[in-house]
Amino acid sequence: MTHVLDPNALADTSGGAGTPPDPFADVTRSNDAFRAFLHGLPGVDQVGAEARAKVLGTRSIKTTAKAWAIDTAISMVDLTTLEGSDTPGKVRSLAAKARRPDPTDPSCPAVAAVCVYGDLAGVAKEALAGTGINVAAVATAFPSGRASREVKLADVRDAVANGADEIDMVIDRGAFLTGRYLDVFEEIVAVKEACGPAHLKVILETGELVTLDAVRRASWLAMLAGGDFIKTSTGKVSPAATLPVCLVMLEAVRDFRAATGRQVGVKPAGGIRTTKDAVKHLVLINETVGTDWLSPDWFRFGASSLLNDLLLQRQKLRTGHYSGPDHVSVD
Amino acid sequence: MSDRLTVRKTYKLYLGGAFPRSESGRTYEVHDTKGHFLANAAWASRKDGRDAVVAARGAFGKWSGATAYNRGQVLYRVAEVMEGRAAQFTEEVAAGEGLSTAKARAAVDAAIDRWVWYAGWTDKLAAVLGSTNPVAGPYFGFSVPEPTGVVAVLAPQRSSLLGLVSVLAPVLAAGNTAVVVSSKERPLPAITLGEVLATSDVPGGVVNLLTGDAAEIGPWLAEHADVDAIDLAGAPAPLAMELERSAAGTIKRVLRAPAEEPDWSADPGLSRLRPFLETKSVWHPIGV
Repeated sequence: MTHVLDPNALADTSGGAGTPPDPFADVTRSNDAFRAFLHGLPGVDQVGAEARAKVLGTRSIKTTAKAWAIDTAISMVDLTTLEGSDTPGKVRSLAAKARRPDPTDPSCPAVAAVCVYGDLAGVAKEALAGTGINVAAVATAFPSGRASREVKLADVRDAVANGADEIDMVIDRGAFLTGRYLDVFEEIVAVKEACGPAHLKVILETGELVTLDAVRRASWLAMLAGGDFIKTSTGKVSPAATLPVCLVMLEAVRDFRAATGRQVGVKPAGGIRTTKDAVKHLVLINETVGTDWLSPDWFRFGASSLLNDLLLQRQKLRTGHYSGPDHVSVD
Repeated sequence: MSDRLTVRKTYKLYLGGAFPRSESGRTYEVHDTKGHFLANAAWASRKDGRDAVVAARGAFGKWSGATAYNRGQVLYRVAEVMEGRAAQFTEEVAAGEGLSTAKARAAVDAAIDRWVWYAGWTDKLAAVLGSTNPVAGPYFGFSVPEPTGVVAVLAPQRSSLLGLVSVLAPVLAAGNTAVVVSSKERPLPAITLGEVLATSDVPGGVVNLLTGDAAEIGPWLAEHADVDAIDLAGAPAPLAMELERSAAGTIKRVLRAPAEEPDWSADPGLSRLRPFLETKSVWHPIGV
């Protein structure tokens, strides 16, 4: 793929908080310049992206490859509960499930993280102490992101103080869609700073961005601002994660690493419910960015019901007969 | 007019209220007893069985939660629609089982009557099979029959309509949902019954009709952890034994296959209703 800007044409500014990595350090000097940069990204061929995603979705993954894919997918799950009715008890039971997804089978891997609202991050942290499973917390007035910056930053600091290892922030889609890209950029930079040691996942809410071109721009924006992960959706808006969107985001992280040397992770969230969907995503990673991203450090599934389907399929492979919803926990 | 081309039929499965092709894409030819071609039927695979169980599980809540009176009405409606299709059923039974038209018609009438009979049972089961129990304390104790869940039915191989109705209707009347594997050689009445069910008031997924080989799909259904009971009526002796064994792994209710396919016109009594009902007993304190 061709790159957007000729790196040599840009001034060489030294990095620092709020400055994009070389060779893109200069693109955020003004909103107009940033807009010109983002709109100068190559357009996405929507029909082509859909066709590519569809064709990769038809790969047949069976037997040992399927077993590997299921275990890998389980280890990539961010087990999520983001309901108004969440309680400490529910978070603890989710944490128990995260440690040992299939209590009947000790060989089943643990999930990558448990994703909760910020006020419950402390409960999750305590329940997951010593397991290596991360606590992810959504912040910045999730899911709408409609609050002042002070409130959003306070939300982030609170979640980090409660013990969150990863922060899932939402971008200001209103600002993004009206072309105030620099505002969005600065907000991500500020949130990144407020995160301290915590990893930052930037939720683009692709269902509200309408076009794949906008998805590519938002992905670049989030990566330039220092996001460690780019995430498709909050799960509260439909459509959430779709394969073409994920393809575009994977291409963005691939191109970004080629240009800057920094690797950024991808997290599709919402709408991935079946093992088949998860395996399609793994195929998409392998064919788009290669095996470097096939690890929980660089790819996550934001999901709740997906885990149960993965477990059912895993039980089917292990026992040789079909399992049923009575054989996994209700959450 | 005499040189009109025959409209040759390729039927599909009845699964989750829709008519999909087999996931495997396979079909097989159905012949009459003299070997003449009748139609193509879908040849269901184990994955169709799996999908059918998912559909049946999804439909169970609504069907089992409906009032017995409502279930009776819905089943009676099925009998009404069957009556309207009686000529088609007669033709298919006559061709498939090698009967005269008169005998086939008698079998169809018996099947419809059987359906009506079971429709009448829905709101009487609790009275007949339930009880209030004598207790030695300040309690009420009572027992009520409840549906078992998802029932896999291997339909009789010889009696293609009366036999099918005789095994399917009781499963539904008791409030269960069903995954049915039809007679392999004589599937046409089952296919037509699927069309009847789709155009009556039975919610999608309550009955799932798979045409194909019981020996192929049966083992998967018998081992399936989300199937609560299995009726082995259409399994030949060695297969039935094997299925009983594998059904034990998940503690299913098993209705054993008789050694010989019985005469389905005999009065069945409650013999096919009781196996697919669970008894729930409740103790309830008497208020002051």
